Amino acid sequence: MYPSEFDYERAETVDHALELLSGDPEAKIISGGHSLIPMMKSGLANPGTLVDIGEIDELTGIEWDDDTVSVGALTTYATIADDDELWDELPVLAEAAHEVGDIQVRNRGTIGGNVAHGDPASDLPAAVLAADATVVVQGPDGERRIDVDDFFLGMYATELGEDEILTGLEFPRSENATTTGAYVKKPSPSSGYALVGVAVSLEVDDGRIESARVAANGIMDHGVRLEPVEDGLVGESLDDVSFEDVAAVADEDLEEFMMMDDIQASAEFRAQLLKVYTEEALNDAVDRLDASLPTA
Amino acid sequence: MSGDTTNGLIGDRVTRTEDAEFVTGQAEYTDDIATSNAAHAAVLRSQHAHAKVHDIDTSAAEELDGVIAVYTAEDMEEAETSAPRKIPSMSTDYIQVEPELFRPVIASDRVHYQGEPLAIALAEDRYTANDAVDRIEVDYERLESVTDPEAAIEDDAPTLFEDYPNNIAYDWEFGDKDEVDEAFEDAEYVASASVDEQRLIPDPLEPRATVADYDSSSNELSIQMSTQTPHSDRHAIAGILRHPENKIHVQVPRVGGGFGAKIHNYDVESLVPWCARELERPVRWQATRSEIHQTSSHGRGLNLEGEAAFDEDGKLLGVRVDGLADLGGYVSSHVHMLTTVLCIEVINSQYELPKLYSRIRGALTNATCLDSYRGVHEVAAITFIERLMHESAKEIGMDPAELRRRNQIPADAFPYETVTGTVYDSGNYQQALEKTLDVLEYDELRERQEELREDGRYLGIGLSAYTHVSGVGPADVCKEYGIFKTHWESGRITVHQSGTVTAYCGTMDFGMGHQTSYAQIVADKLGIPIEDVEIIEGDTRHLNDGVGTHASRSLVVGGSALAESADDVIEKGRSIVAHQLEAPEEDIEFEDGEFWVKGAPERSMTIQEVGSQAHRAWDVPGEPGLEATTYYLPEQMAITSGVHAAVVEVDPDTGEVEFERYLSVDDAGNRINPQIVEGQLHGGIAQGISQALYEDVVYDDNGNMVTSTLQDYAMPKSFHVPEVETVELSTPAPDNPLGAKGVGETGPIAGNAAVLNAVVDALEPLGFDGSEVDTPLTPEKIWKGVNDQD
Ligand SMILES: Cc1cc2nc3c(=O)[nH]c(=O)nc-3n(C[C@H](O)[C@H](O)[C@H](O)COP(=O)(O)OP(=O)(O)OC[C@H]3O[C@@H](n4cnc5c(N)ncnc54)[C@H](O)[C@@H]3O)c2cc1C
Repeated sequence: MYPSEFDYERAETVDHALELLSGDPEAKIISGGHSLIPMMKSGLANPGTLVDIGEIDELTGIEWDDDTVSVGALTTYATIADDDELWDELPVLAEAAHEVGDIQVRNRGTIGGNVAHGDPASDLPAAVLAADATVVVQGPDGERRIDVDDFFLGMYATELGEDEILTGLEFPRSENATTTGAYVKKPSPSSGYALVGVAVSLEVDDGRIESARVAANGIMDHGVRLEPVEDGLVGESLDDVSFEDVAAVADEDLEEFMMMDDIQASAEFRAQLLKVYTEEALNDAVDRLDASLPTA
Repeated sequence: MSGDTTNGLIGDRVTRTEDAEFVTGQAEYTDDIATSNAAHAAVLRSQHAHAKVHDIDTSAAEELDGVIAVYTAEDMEEAETSAPRKIPSMSTDYIQVEPELFRPVIASDRVHYQGEPLAIALAEDRYTANDAVDRIEVDYERLESVTDPEAAIEDDAPTLFEDYPNNIAYDWEFGDKDEVDEAFEDAEYVASASVDEQRLIPDPLEPRATVADYDSSSNELSIQMSTQTPHSDRHAIAGILRHPENKIHVQVPRVGGGFGAKIHNYDVESLVPWCARELERPVRWQATRSEIHQTSSHGRGLNLEGEAAFDEDGKLLGVRVDGLADLGGYVSSHVHMLTTVLCIEVINSQYELPKLYSRIRGALTNATCLDSYRGVHEVAAITFIERLMHESAKEIGMDPAELRRRNQIPADAFPYETVTGTVYDSGNYQQALEKTLDVLEYDELRERQEELREDGRYLGIGLSAYTHVSGVGPADVCKEYGIFKTHWESGRITVHQSGTVTAYCGTMDFGMGHQTSYAQIVADKLGIPIEDVEIIEGDTRHLNDGVGTHASRSLVVGGSALAESADDVIEKGRSIVAHQLEAPEEDIEFEDGEFWVKGAPERSMTIQEVGSQAHRAWDVPGEPGLEATTYYLPEQMAITSGVHAAVVEVDPDTGEVEFERYLSVDDAGNRINPQIVEGQLHGGIAQGISQALYEDVVYDDNGNMVTSTLQDYAMPKSFHVPEVETVELSTPAPDNPLGAKGVGETGPIAGNAAVLNAVVDALEPLGFDGSEVDTPLTPEKIWKGVNDQD
């Protein structure tokens, strides 16, 4: 409730922020503050200095070019969830942002903060895994581009270095096929965070699944791809594939002893939910293909 | 409301008049009170659930800049002013509570639950006070702990108090066991059920808070605090601090919820005034959410299991019940009454029960103290009997509605003395049940349930028929129960010289809308505009006596006190009018705010004119002024009753429960403001649903609370609660002048069983064992109950 004393610095630019970080191992970036401040109030984080990057304009916004969509780190969930083009082309991301917390949280929390934080129960890790993101990072030695598959390492642990800043995420745009996707979650009745959340991104051409990326939060100590599900989908025709059967192997590659297991839900039950919600996410993604309008 | 609508206010859906300040954020709560020169308090709380405390070193804390003082129990013993005593629990004729089991306001050499206060730090600001607490070093010797009441009474369990080797604080029996056993021998059917009640946190949005100041020249302690019972707090603090009761003044700002958790006398609420007296300066304290979770009394936590015996027609012959209460580290002020007599007083609910035997024990555990929470242990009683009726219907092979119908007390049997000696004043239980079935289209619903099952969909219908004691009385019953202050209430009405009115009541609103309901009563009775009535509660200087708000009593008892005071004001007014108009008193009529001489309506005076005359007092027959005070003591309890029904669909693959419908059919007697009554029902039902499905206090094996924040404790959100349909029935309470019955607590009392019965009903074809449900019925437990059957 009462955080320890700390200093506060407002960064004017990314370079300024990097400078403030590099001089001080106790310093921490603050973006939306919707994970960091609760942690400070409960004594789980005690940064010596908060480096506020919230006013750096270049880190905000959604940009489209021919083959990528770039989303700045400071873009809020509300902005993402209100963007019709994203619902159209990257529904998995729009829907995951829409599912985060409540309206206050969505107005403050940022995509960069969420991904950098690496909370296993948050909603965006699965979505950015399914959307095949590239994580763009600035550090003392310049820019690094990290494949999202290499990014999440463990509970609150990511590839991001202590002295680095996540500046944005890039998502590929598909050329010929139609992209669809969905994110569904089973929220905890207390926190609203995902007990299990499943993100699906499919490329469909002529009724056939060309490619599939399926990922989950809440089940392991970090967001994970569900490769057995993906394998069951690719090459299948939408008319023949049984999502129930495909989803039945959702937990196959996951080590049970590593699964999240707490008072909210046991590992065994999470594995069950994972299957049910994987099926639901696949159904939703396909329903969205059929619908002419986005379901924002 | 327009100003000229006067008569007929009672029974109107008047929009709550107090809400503007709440919705605009203008309302002043305890922590909003401005103080100058106040010391801020923070409390060092035991990090362990069970430990001996060898030493507390406060020196590093005292050295911190801005720290004013740090006190431990030892410091308090050595201080100028007398050390605080323990918080008393009232012994009764049937349960003796030894002082050893009382909750201390500050622990000295032993702690019994995590969060127990060990020291209080005072500083110039709140952050420094908390930093000071972090610097206090405690030398603990950890002891093995136990938080499960079943485990606590085992022989090998750790012992909390040497004199209670089995951790049993009380062992209370009611009824003749042999006689009841005989009834079971003659039975055609026997069924059993158990209610394993989890602990719940009554979690008001405004956590507890206190601001105290002391004036040494007058020896006056002024306390502002968030409470439901200012007068009882004044009395308790006087005893704990050994301070003259007439030198303590308790004033209550707006209160952001209480739910029964702001009744008991707590530790910090005495420590803060103690510090104010010692330091001779204002001291303030605002609890955090986690402090509330860890240290405000918990509710529920009573396990009941038992059986019912029926004859061949499905008529009840007897009930046996065995109970175990999870008391926590000490015996809190009311818990022994609540978990025993005040639980079984409604255990037969609406039914004719010829024989009852019950045994209830209280187990001391290394957990937060247990005490009242909206619905108190009537929730366990009604949940038990209503689950038992559901299970019995299955056993007998009868529809659960029909089994209830066969056993309901007939409408012409009131007043009806039940097997426990409780007198039910009035009601019409058949009407409530038939109305419920009618609205639900029960027979069609059962058919639809059958059809859906064929498609692999699981619909469940749960009924819960309840009774609830409101307005506890008469005096001899309060004495028998051991209620330390009989449940009267005081109400005073003053008509000012200008004709406006101030009404005072000893109850304390913490969200229920007293300002509106009370003003309706007073304005209606006196025939004046509602906006001319000001309601004042929560100030021991304005109104010297009161009991407070709990036990669904405010409207029934406090409202009645005001109604009778209004009658007295009118009588006094009549004497003034008779005198001034020179007519006999019996010829003076009164209606709609106007007195007149019978047969000569032009000879009249308004009540405002009478008020003016009474104050001017140039020519009044008796004493000046127009004011009356009533101490209203109920002669009979007002028994609220009704039937709630939940219709749910359960997904056996995810254990998710979805509400199709929730119906609440309630007989609250005359409803003064039906809209406020419905609001009370909605909120209470949310808590009933939440007990059935969501909320749960969890401790780990070392007695650490795992659910100390709202991140982990599932307080229900709006989207967890379905639309509630309400149906109003009314058999007016015969005893009180309003004919009202209290409704504040009925939601959780009826709601828990309605939901549990619905879920069990849905899962019946899947072999789910309904006789022993472990609440809350989370999706995981449901899924396992369906899938892991041995
Ligand atoms: C009531 C409530 C409910 C919530 N419910 C959900 C939910 O349902 N689902 C969900 O996913 N989340 C939920 N959240 C968390 C929310 O989404 C957070 O906003 C998010 O996890 C972190 O984003 P932020 O911008 O607030 O980051 P901050 O809290 O500011 O920072 C989080 C961490 O990331 C670091 N960081 C932040 N930005 C950067 C950056 N650009 N580069 C490097 N490091 C950075 C910080 O140093 C810190 O360690 C909830 C939060 C609250 C308060």
